[in-house]
Amino acid sequence: MTPASAKDLQKLGYTCLIETGAGIAAGFSDQAYIDAGVEVVKTGAALFKAADIVAKVQPPSDTEVKRLQADQTLISFFYPAQNAALMEAANKKGATVIAMDMVPRISRAQKMDALSSMANIAGYRAVIEAGNNFGRFFTGQITAAGKVPPAKVLVVGAGVAGLAAIGTSTSLGAITYAFDVRPEVAEQVESMGAEFVFLDFKEEQQDGAATGGYAAVSSPEFAAAQLAKFREIAPDMDIVITTALIPGRDAPELWTKDMVDSMKPGSVIIDLAAERGGNCKLTVKDEKIVTENGVTIIGYTDFPSRMAAQASTLYATNIRHMMTDLTPEKDGQPNHNMEDDVIRGATATYKGEVTFPPPKPKIAAIAAAPKKEAPKELTAEEKRAKEVADFKAQTKNQVTLLVVGAALLLGVGLVAPASFMQHFIVFVLSVFVGFQVIWNVSHSLHTPLMAVTNAISSIIILGALMQIGSGSFLVILLAALSVFMTGINIFGGFLVTRRMLAMFQKS
Amino acid sequence: MDFGFTTAAYVVAAVLFILSLGGLSGQESAKRAVWYGIAGMALAVFATLIGPGSGLWLLSLILIAGGGAIGYMLATKVQMTQMPELVAAMHSLVGLAAVFVGFIAHFEIGNVLGGAHGEDLGTFAALIAHKSPVEINILRVELFLGIFIGAVTFTGSVIAYGKLAGKVNSKAVKLPGGHMLNAGAAALSVICLIWYFNTGGFFPLFVMTLAALFIGYHLIMGIGGADMPVVVSMLNSYSGWAAAAIGFSLGNDLLIVVGALVGSSGAILSYIMCKAMNRSFVSVILGGFGGTSGPQMAVEGEQIAIDSDGVATALNEADSIVIIPGYGMAVAQAQASVAELVRKLRAQGKNVRFAIHPVAGRLPGHMNVLLAEAKVPYDIVMEMDEINDDFPKTDVAIVIGSNDIVNPAAQDDPNSPIAGMPVLECWKAKQVFVSKRGQGTGYSGIENPLFFKENTRMFYGDAKKSLDELLPKID
Repeated sequence: MTPASAKDLQKLGYTCLIETGAGIAAGFSDQAYIDAGVEVVKTGAALFKAADIVAKVQPPSDTEVKRLQADQTLISFFYPAQNAALMEAANKKGATVIAMDMVPRISRAQKMDALSSMANIAGYRAVIEAGNNFGRFFTGQITAAGKVPPAKVLVVGAGVAGLAAIGTSTSLGAITYAFDVRPEVAEQVESMGAEFVFLDFKEEQQDGAATGGYAAVSSPEFAAAQLAKFREIAPDMDIVITTALIPGRDAPELWTKDMVDSMKPGSVIIDLAAERGGNCKLTVKDEKIVTENGVTIIGYTDFPSRMAAQASTLYATNIRHMMTDLTPEKDGQPNHNMEDDVIRGATATYKGEVTFPPPKPKIAAIAAAPKKEAPKELTAEEKRAKEVADFKAQTKNQVTLLVVGAALLLGVGLVAPASFMQHFIVFVLSVFVGFQVIWNVSHSLHTPLMAVTNAISSIIILGALMQIGSGSFLVILLAALSVFMTGINIFGGFLVTRRMLAMFQKS
Repeated sequence: MDFGFTTAAYVVAAVLFILSLGGLSGQESAKRAVWYGIAGMALAVFATLIGPGSGLWLLSLILIAGGGAIGYMLATKVQMTQMPELVAAMHSLVGLAAVFVGFIAHFEIGNVLGGAHGEDLGTFAALIAHKSPVEINILRVELFLGIFIGAVTFTGSVIAYGKLAGKVNSKAVKLPGGHMLNAGAAALSVICLIWYFNTGGFFPLFVMTLAALFIGYHLIMGIGGADMPVVVSMLNSYSGWAAAAIGFSLGNDLLIVVGALVGSSGAILSYIMCKAMNRSFVSVILGGFGGTSGPQMAVEGEQIAIDSDGVATALNEADSIVIIPGYGMAVAQAQASVAELVRKLRAQGKNVRFAIHPVAGRLPGHMNVLLAEAKVPYDIVMEMDEINDDFPKTDVAIVIGSNDIVNPAAQDDPNSPIAGMPVLECWKAKQVFVSKRGQGTGYSGIENPLFFKENTRMFYGDAKKSLDELLPKID
């Protein structure tokens, strides 16, 4: 919780409590919280007693689980798959546990996806740590003191962390390469300014969407091709950042000892998968080691904590969004809606029942990309044949219309007297001219066109003028009215058209 | 002056009118073209006044001047957002004038056939006197048609005016009986035509006029506000056909030429509008949407709101921006604010363009006129076909007060009522902001999946207020 998110939580109708000193590492003093209307509680134990909903970062310790009460809700990272015993203990207490790491990956839930928030930080921090341990510039420079080549960075695994690392690295000026087993992310990688390392490997790839956007285990042949590629480019790379994880498994080994040996002294490897054994076998969890040939391998797992202020802000926002979804009425009363995909997915225990693992979400995270069939390429002859056919159809159409029209005209001509036919020819020709002319009018001038045709259609004034002179009073009255009305129309129509046209300006 | 001179003047006037319409193909030539129209009209009126048969020309001049004064006032005072109302109102005048002129012609025929001979008869009467019975009969049919179309145009335009001006509920309203009433009135008119054809009396003409007035009223009452572009262009077309029909009965070629020009112009506009909505002309006129074949796709996701700060940040960062205005912009009178926004963005060297859907607004080309009024240069105002391919390269698309014309369901959902309608593919832009009064569907009641897309943010509030709030934040 940050002071800012506390204010938002209060808007939802909640009272906020915080353990004393909880925000110090992130740069938020107790006073800042008090100013935001948060009650500062002396100890964690007291907090567990006082609060209905407890939000924290790491999974609860055994003592903390003991402090849980029935009907209390705990929101934290929980890793229910790995912490079955802890989950059972919490369940016995009758508490509801919402695991932030279990928030399903659907677009609606992105705002509370704490894993993504943390991965983003980790990716950024990984580049910064690498820079800290790398003895050269990232960007290439030509200075008076000589030429500096740009650093070459390889990011393995283009997930959230990988993409964040790519973005950071390219903005520092390094030449960045990226690899991922899901070829569909190549586009995202390239959009971040990195070059995607393509394998020379033909295999029907599994659609990443089937696994909720995470990578799946790849075939042995694929893995071999992948390693061969890495071996080939390893000597060129200055910095390698590995982020490859497969859900629910140990991290795959992607960076072997011989690759490390082939790297230049001073190179840096950041293994973001260190928590699960590391993508590089030499990685030591939570430590920085330097190999015999001078390659630094960093296996820290606490990257988010190394950027406490940023991590706290993002995590607090994730928690706030979760609370917002839990409180649709904004009345300070949590409404634990188990029908909601997101809440259901994140809930590990609820009302004395273990609800992990959740059922598959109703909505797939990413729509499976439909296999597109390439539009059939027409050969030159086919094209030509099509053109000819089109032309024939068009000609046929026109000729039919002409024949029908001519026949109709002839039919009229047979019965109608000559005087009528004279006018009729004029009429038909005018319609024809009208169609030809109006098709060329530009779309943007349709309103002026209407105004001007409106003015012109007042030509009916002629009919009134021709007859106004004839004797009867009724005729004169009607004619006078017509002249008056069309007069309005003529002037109004033309003037308003002019006004409109004058407004059209070129830039 | 003799007959030959009048005819010559008519030919010149007709050519001028054709040039006037043809000139509207470009913004610059249009400015010249309107003068052709004015000259043509002046010539035609002048030639008729001094031509054979007319009298009381002093009265005529006074009446024209009086009408002109009112027309001048209307034209200078009207707000550009009120253009559709003005056009509709003017159509009603043409329709009514056609009805009156038709009546006059009827009386003249009566006079001639009644045996009134002498010097006091006008040219038209003199013309009739020479006609054979067959010709008189044809003349009656023409006259009848002229009055019928004129009357439909009159009431139709009055209702269209009322709907556009907000004086009549813009919802589609039908009297009990629906289209049967229209069909009945039309049948009655046909009976009157036969009756009139045989007797030549005034009564059937009068009954038909009433029936036609009713058809005009009821037909347009049954059409919703957003279909007004089609209605107004259709009425425009009708006023032309009415003039042409009257021209036939009076034996005046200029009337026929101009009536046919206007009639075909309106017909083409209606066609373009219908095509832009992917609906047949008949289905628009008879009201309501075409049949749907199944349930509409459910919309996933939620509408995510954004405030002016967020929009400003995105705009400041964007390089290419496309703005899609709709009727909502006209309602909120936001065009000046939009133009100001565009000026500021363009001053920063950003590529800002407008995308105009053919049926945006309540009149064909309505948005273009509003933007022109706000001094938006016309060369950044694009048509749908010109800009649709550019959306994937666009950073920010801003939708201001339009709904159905940016509805992706038209392409994705074959069961949507607007399936197949060409739409602006703004969702392909990197980010879309929708300025809208609130949640809820547009006039057509169709849910818009655009508002639920991941790259769409809803900028709720009155368009003008939202934009004015946004303006100072653009730097």
